[in-house]
Amino acid sequence: MNDLVIDIKNLHRRFGDKHALQDVSLSVPRGGVFGLIGSNGAGKTTLIKHILGSHYAQSGSVSVFGFDPVAKPVEVLGRIGYMSEDRDVPGWMRVQEVIDFTRAFYPGWDSGYASQLLELFELDPKQKIRNLSRGQTARVCLLLALAHRPELLVLDEPSSGLDPVIRRDILTAIVRTTADEGRTVLFSSHLLDEVQRLADRVAILNRGRIILSDPLDTVLESFHRITLRFDESFDLAPSLVGAIESNGQGHEWTYVYRGDREQWTQAAKRLNAQIVHEVPLSLDDIFVCNVQHS
Amino acid sequence: MQIHIQAQGGVPIYVQVMQQIKYLVASGRLQPGDELPSIRTLAEQLIVNPNTIARAYRELETAGVVEKRRTAGTFVAEAGSPLARKERLRLLRQRVDQLLVEAFQMGFALDEVLKLVEQSELNSQPPRKG
Repeated sequence: MNDLVIDIKNLHRRFGDKHALQDVSLSVPRGGVFGLIGSNGAGKTTLIKHILGSHYAQSGSVSVFGFDPVAKPVEVLGRIGYMSEDRDVPGWMRVQEVIDFTRAFYPGWDSGYASQLLELFELDPKQKIRNLSRGQTARVCLLLALAHRPELLVLDEPSSGLDPVIRRDILTAIVRTTADEGRTVLFSSHLLDEVQRLADRVAILNRGRIILSDPLDTVLESFHRITLRFDESFDLAPSLVGAIESNGQGHEWTYVYRGDREQWTQAAKRLNAQIVHEVPLSLDDIFVCNVQHS
Repeated sequence: MQIHIQAQGGVPIYVQVMQQIKYLVASGRLQPGDELPSIRTLAEQLIVNPNTIARAYRELETAGVVEKRRTAGTFVAEAGSPLARKERLRLLRQRVDQLLVEAFQMGFALDEVLKLVEQSELNSQPPRKG
């Protein structure tokens, strides 16, 4: 029994001469929240489209629930709830019509839950989509993604461009989905405080490559900013094994360090330096630092 | 129970939840026997991953601050437990350290600080048992 909901191996994708994804391997275990982080144009949406089977793997492999999503769209898509980045729903339809239309694709559609969400989100079923605000449209999309109680919820930049009230709806939906046993959420975001709140695991995608993929707590615990004080004065940062970045002057130099306390204590000792300050890095800083030095 | 999460810093959220519950218990705002909100309720209130809350509760249980009862609730443990006392001591020690740092920076000596503690108005009140 495979406990991975998504298993991607050595995926490569080119558009013309642009390498959109390069040697991407990613495992998403069942029952948790996976945060996919990356700058605009890093390849997040391209990666998500492979998971949904809208792109085939040029090389490498994509497996969702153990199936190739391109070869077995019914088996895969019926179990995924998806909210796209541009939240495209036909503007000429009424809210109820788009619900009825979507329901037809999902045998597991839960009409009671759909009505509940309609009320919770204060949506008028008779309204035309094109007359809705951006936030209300996002709520419609969220309802459509949730109402068949999918095993896997995929949200591409779910809260970009939305006000805090609607962001809260979306984030609460993620919390509720994951609180139900066995359900899995994959969401991409560049709002790192959201990722830090919600994700169990994170992966950083940069220019088509995965440069880090780990449990969130492991990531947070393995990056620190430490300041060392040296007896003598230096013009250049003394090189510290394990440091990613350094700045400072004279007797005091500050390093971004990847590793645990024991490692940096040892490294500092070898330089005869005294550790005068240490602070864990935020996910924001970790992201920036990894992108700059990849 | 009022908890505030900062999702911008580098401190993992489960650690923040643990520290704040420990503080609420040590300061008496949560009393022995008080029930903590369910994992799901607190996760939705703080908008954080339920596994994060579960981890914080688990570690608080290991530390003797809370106890799980068979009826699937989590309760504040009796303050008499040695671990809870150790935790309160740790918090108090942090405050004492802060006080001493400030006192020394302002140029007071240790015996002056001690005298001040003895003279403190709070001293005339009977200490709380615990």
